[in-house]
Amino acid sequence: MAKLTLEELRKLRDNKKHEIQKRETDNKEIDVIVGMGTCGIAAGAKDALDAFIAEIDKHNLTNVRIKQTGCMGFCTYEPTVEVKVPDMPDTIYNNVSVDVAKLIVGNHLVRKQLVSEHVFDRPSVDIIENK
Amino acid sequence: MQYSVCDYLLDLIQNSVESGASVITLDLLESDDQLEVCIGDDGCGMDNTTLGRVKDPFFTNGEKHSARSVGLGIPFIIQAVEATGGSFDIKSEKGTGTSLYFSFFKGHIDMPPVGDLPGVFRSLMLFDSDYDLLVHRKNIGKSYRVSRSELHEALGDFTDSQSLVLLKDFFSSQEEDIS
Repeated sequence: MAKLTLEELRKLRDNKKHEIQKRETDNKEIDVIVGMGTCGIAAGAKDALDAFIAEIDKHNLTNVRIKQTGCMGFCTYEPTVEVKVPDMPDTIYNNVSVDVAKLIVGNHLVRKQLVSEHVFDRPSVDIIENK
Repeated sequence: MQYSVCDYLLDLIQNSVESGASVITLDLLESDDQLEVCIGDDGCGMDNTTLGRVKDPFFTNGEKHSARSVGLGIPFIIQAVEATGGSFDIKSEKGTGTSLYFSFFKGHIDMPPVGDLPGVFRSLMLFDSDYDLLVHRKNIGKSYRVSRSELHEALGDFTDSQSLVLLKDFFSSQEEDIS
């Protein structure tokens, strides 16, 4: 890859923005929040974040905000990822590997179906109450 | 547990962000035989008593999570540095900020892997807070500098996938240039 300058980066971004504006009809409405605490990273959260970014880009989902957060308090179930889609329940997924991340994008974000076998159903009460 | 140098960087910069810093500096400098890291922030800082205690793996101020022992992770980096014969220093002043230095000997058998630098540089830009991060990266004779504010200005919001892809591409191209 040739070395990118900030100016070239701005141009690439402007080109993409132009493409997005042609497609985009609504504002960002979906949140994907990846837990990147020490526990998450030890379990592979960096790979999960990379997979979400690549997969969301591949599907041209321009209405998705991707964020990282710290430990969500579910250390034994890492990597954990919270997904918020309008008209669907806010969902935390556990043990999100690269393959599970791809499933979440394809099923939850695109087809609006939960990836049931990875839905986390035992929230950590002390963390949730502190929110 | 942290595994790579990148894992320590993410942890330590997160400390700076959570200290309320508005400007954070990160120097990651490599020579033939050493990898050196300097981190500085203008966050809340610590008094001398707290500064002494953050090196204790069993110390927490209990503020982040009342029911959990969460600390700054300083003992982990000290342990890794000591295992490679490197050095570590931390200075802090309450109300002014904190600076931290560590180095590893690259040829040491216990040198941790460096990890995915473009990936971690991207992650360092994504904390949900209003801060600038000035990155200075040097590998032997070659170097680059970039700040979070410049990247923001070029890419806009860091939350959509296109920006995030370009952000990593940018750092990958810079790393390739100095390798």
